[in-house]
Amino acid sequence: MRVPLSWLREYVDLGPDVTAREVAERLISAGLEVETVDHIGADVRGPLVVARVVAFEEEEHSNGKTIRWCRVDVGAEHNEPASDVLATGRSVVCGARNFVVGDLVVVSLPGAVLPGGFAIAARKTYGHVSDGMICSARELGTGEDKDGIIVLPADAGMPGGDAIELLSLREDVLDIAVTPDRGYALSIRGVAREVATAFDVGFRDPAALSVPDATGTDWPVELAAPDRCDRFVLRTVTGFDEEAHSPLWMQRRLHQAGMRPISLAVDITNYVMLELGQPLHAYDRQRLAGPMVVRLARPGEKLQTLDGTTRTLDADDLLITDDTGPIGIAGVMGGAATEIDDQTGDIVIEAAHFEPTTIARSARRHRLPSEASRRFERGVDDRLQEAAAERAVRLLCELRGAVSAGTATAADHAAPSVAIDLDLDLPTRMVGRDYSHDEVERLLTAVGCQVAVRGRAARVIPPSWRPDLCIPADLVEEVARLHGYDAIPALLPKAAVGRGLTDSQRLVRRVGQVLAGAGFTEVLSYPFVSPTVHDAFGLAGDDLRRRALRLANPISEEEPELRTSLLPGLLSAVRRNVSRGHEDIAVFEVGLVFRPGPDSAVQVVRPGVQSRPSSEETAALDALLPGQPRQLAVAMTGNRELAGWWGEGREATWADAAEAARTVAAAVRVEIELRADRHPPWHPGRCAALLVGDLVVGHAGELHPRVLGELGLPARTLAMELDLDVLARHARLVAPGPDIRTFPVAKEDVALVVADTVSAGELAAALRDGAGELLEQVRLFDVYAGDQVGPGQRSLAFNLRFRADDRTLTVDEVSAARDAAVAEAQRRVGAVLRGS
Amino acid sequence: MSAPNSSFDPVEVTALQPAELEKARDAALAAIAAASTLDDLKRARLDHAGDRSPLALANREIGALPPQAKAEAGRRVGQARAAVRSAVEARQAALEAERDARVLVEETVDVTLPWDRLPRGARHPITTIHERVAEIFVAMGYEVAEGPEVEAEWFNFDALNIPPDHPARGMSDTFFVTSPESGVVLRTHTSPVQARVMLERKPPIYVIVPGRTYRTDELDATHTPVFHQVEGLVVDEGITMAHLKGTLEHFVQELFGADLRTRLRPSYFPFTEPSAELDFQCFVCRGESVGNPENPCRTCSSEGWIEWGGCGMVNPRVLTACGIDPDRFSGFAFGMGLERGLMLRHGISDMRDMVEGDVRFTRAFGTEI
Repeated sequence: MRVPLSWLREYVDLGPDVTAREVAERLISAGLEVETVDHIGADVRGPLVVARVVAFEEEEHSNGKTIRWCRVDVGAEHNEPASDVLATGRSVVCGARNFVVGDLVVVSLPGAVLPGGFAIAARKTYGHVSDGMICSARELGTGEDKDGIIVLPADAGMPGGDAIELLSLREDVLDIAVTPDRGYALSIRGVAREVATAFDVGFRDPAALSVPDATGTDWPVELAAPDRCDRFVLRTVTGFDEEAHSPLWMQRRLHQAGMRPISLAVDITNYVMLELGQPLHAYDRQRLAGPMVVRLARPGEKLQTLDGTTRTLDADDLLITDDTGPIGIAGVMGGAATEIDDQTGDIVIEAAHFEPTTIARSARRHRLPSEASRRFERGVDDRLQEAAAERAVRLLCELRGAVSAGTATAADHAAPSVAIDLDLDLPTRMVGRDYSHDEVERLLTAVGCQVAVRGRAARVIPPSWRPDLCIPADLVEEVARLHGYDAIPALLPKAAVGRGLTDSQRLVRRVGQVLAGAGFTEVLSYPFVSPTVHDAFGLAGDDLRRRALRLANPISEEEPELRTSLLPGLLSAVRRNVSRGHEDIAVFEVGLVFRPGPDSAVQVVRPGVQSRPSSEETAALDALLPGQPRQLAVAMTGNRELAGWWGEGREATWADAAEAARTVAAAVRVEIELRADRHPPWHPGRCAALLVGDLVVGHAGELHPRVLGELGLPARTLAMELDLDVLARHARLVAPGPDIRTFPVAKEDVALVVADTVSAGELAAALRDGAGELLEQVRLFDVYAGDQVGPGQRSLAFNLRFRADDRTLTVDEVSAARDAAVAEAQRRVGAVLRGS
Repeated sequence: MSAPNSSFDPVEVTALQPAELEKARDAALAAIAAASTLDDLKRARLDHAGDRSPLALANREIGALPPQAKAEAGRRVGQARAAVRSAVEARQAALEAERDARVLVEETVDVTLPWDRLPRGARHPITTIHERVAEIFVAMGYEVAEGPEVEAEWFNFDALNIPPDHPARGMSDTFFVTSPESGVVLRTHTSPVQARVMLERKPPIYVIVPGRTYRTDELDATHTPVFHQVEGLVVDEGITMAHLKGTLEHFVQELFGADLRTRLRPSYFPFTEPSAELDFQCFVCRGESVGNPENPCRTCSSEGWIEWGGCGMVNPRVLTACGIDPDRFSGFAFGMGLERGLMLRHGISDMRDMVEGDVRFTRAFGTEI
């Protein structure tokens, strides 16, 4: 809401010295968010005067332009004396031609400064010395140029008069962002009342007009949906003069308030709406047929609205209708058929009160947000309709747009305001600062409430313009804000004893810390993905990761789905980094993925809010939601260890991806095992499933070369993915203390030849199990495949460490343990000691 | 060795003559002193103190002496040999020390050489500020609560006193999942967790809810459709707006600097009543830039105050919808954007840097902020 200060001053007794900035500060303290204060025309300087065109000659110039060499009367103070050929006045060159001799125009004389700091000086142009400029609306910042320069109405003033004041070129305008609860602040009336309260000065209600009785019978009105429209007032105005123009001051105010002046009738309805907050609509009386009925739309009904669009109406649209059918969508837009035009003789003005959500829905449904719907949505004063119609009628008559005010018709089903019972100590209790009962009463009265105090309580009837005041807490806010939030003290509550972070919260943190310590950089990517990524990943048709949720209104139609894996976003980040010249990348992300459950047709539930929902209801609400496990993903490309003066770098390999998983698992004390797996988008021969027990919790390895090609990623890009929720469930919270044996260690190396289908993990497990309890550690130290072991075979060499807790082991004991380990390996996977 | 001879005079045995012994000892000491390397010393030791050295030979001759001569000869030989041994040891120690010192000098390296073999990792500053905020509140006894990002409309709106058709539900802000009628949205704020917490726990409730939120804003320097909020909720007996103000003041001072003042401005949120916007004193200029065009402040645009989030007393309707008796309990809630907090605190000018995943951005923050 843009509020010109001069408009406020009409209704508030503000001292002349009060500045717009002071008004803004007080309003901000009171809860109206003044976003900016525009000092319109602050840079404008005179002389800028009303002038009469005395004579002109048209000259055609070689550049194809026709200009007028004009003599203008700029008033005695600025005129130069007459010469042989020229009358008293000044001479100016003008490029526009939309005026005739005798017209009043606006002339800026040398020394003047126009909006934007445009300084005027006498200058030579088209072979003349132009002693100033005839101004257009754009040059003065008052609007768009329609035809050329501004031609003032004949009664606008005398030559030499100050045009800065005449055109209200200087004005301070407050721009207020009105919150949805404060519909009343979408009017000069509402803001003026706040200003008056804030400065504790007098306020004149612009809606306090004497209104003729609604005695008219010529426009019967029927409210067929009284819960959607409870008040409907019509006023007839006769002898409408289409030629009549809005006065400059009104045009100027509309413009300053952010609206475009159009015609007298439209301008007046807009002016009254801005001033009082009541949207109005004007019908051509001759085009109305029969009584007006306000009702809901019927199936299949259509209406061509003012903007020329034919709209199919919804059963939830509230309509204004006459015998011909719909003539307007209530509160949103009128119909084209009953629009006033240059043939209109009599006008019917409508001022109504509509139920807010009905209007909100219609405006949204037809994509017709307007100044009117904005106000109706937020709630209009339901006692304002007669006064608003009266104000419009008076303006029409005063401004010679109509000759007489006709009859009034009204229908009223409005319910009386509901009283709120307020415990007068509640403000003190809720805010934490003492408010006396008198203070509470005084502040609520200033808001417009009727307050009937009874002991420690009061019965409060909120004013009709404050439909947002419904419960005691609403009244507490009024008291607190008008008294000032600055007066609220700052105290710390005594919080209950907390238990700190949960185990899973600590786990997530630790995972991030460990990975950062291992050289990975965290990325937080958007969860929006393209369905094409599933194909790029080579997922099978029935892969669950293809079953993604789709947004109804995505930011980009290219990426309408929610991720079922972190990899698409993380790999995009890798690609972006590589394209920016970072060849060696190791990144990770922790975040939710979204996995809808199998039954897609769940019943949408919407519990009431009058009490706690039942456990069935909350269960039904949660059933609407997909699984949202927290996952970890890691991606790497380029060197894991960089090249440098020490020598070559070490390229990241599948093993680094697996190691990232082991690092994380170790940090949270979960034992994970690796098993070869084929799982897109990984390389089928370089992919490990990560297991906790028998449960697959993720995958790690090198990505499939084709996937890398499709995604434009460097060859040998690696990835790891891990379900942190499952990990958290298996995390060993308490680590058992180790048994440190201090007797000497015995080391044995064994090289075992096995079929190359046998994994190192299996073989190590067999050795571990076979070696018995003397074994302290098994460590693989060499892998060999080649001629010496033959095709299809490979040799794996392990270092075994044995130690007892009570003695030094004998050579025989160590040999026996080693032989047992080898025997078990042979039994399980056919391992043979190399060289035997 | 000579044959035993009981009448043998030691003076007659050349090797045992005092002059010979002195000569052999002096020759040994000279050779030891002349040894400039450990190898030289070893040679000198073998020549002059080894098994075949004159002193060793002399020692052997002692056995052939008559008993009355043995003591005298033994003492003399012993003294000579001891002198040589100790000279060898001293020289050995000196040469070893010399060698060690030389080796240490030779082993000197350029300690300024880089060793960035393993690039350093980093955590996203949104994560670390999230943790920092949580820590501040955990220290006050709060617990960290979480909730789903794909959320039921009922939790995101209805329970928070945002009825259907409320302007805050518009398509302009909310991502609808599947369809606008599905009843499922991407949560537009962390506030639905308020409702979940109130349904799951009984007062006293002191929780902090950092989390990811979504609104349909296009990405630009100051907007992102995916962002992070931190929400606080307290429900207890006797909670007032003064508690809200004190808590926020503490929070701001912990995160932005000691002694910073805070200011509440009346505002509107459906789920709080009374509601307020939170401003805090600019931590860069501390208000010095206001009306001081010579020293403008970029952080607060010379306003002196920084706007950061909304807050208020939990609307009794919300308490009711979550099954908490508003006549017995009251509460406050607040919420603010972590991206904005981060931008302010660290002077980040472009929101896009936070979402693109460029490792240079994140590495600048290390692992803690």
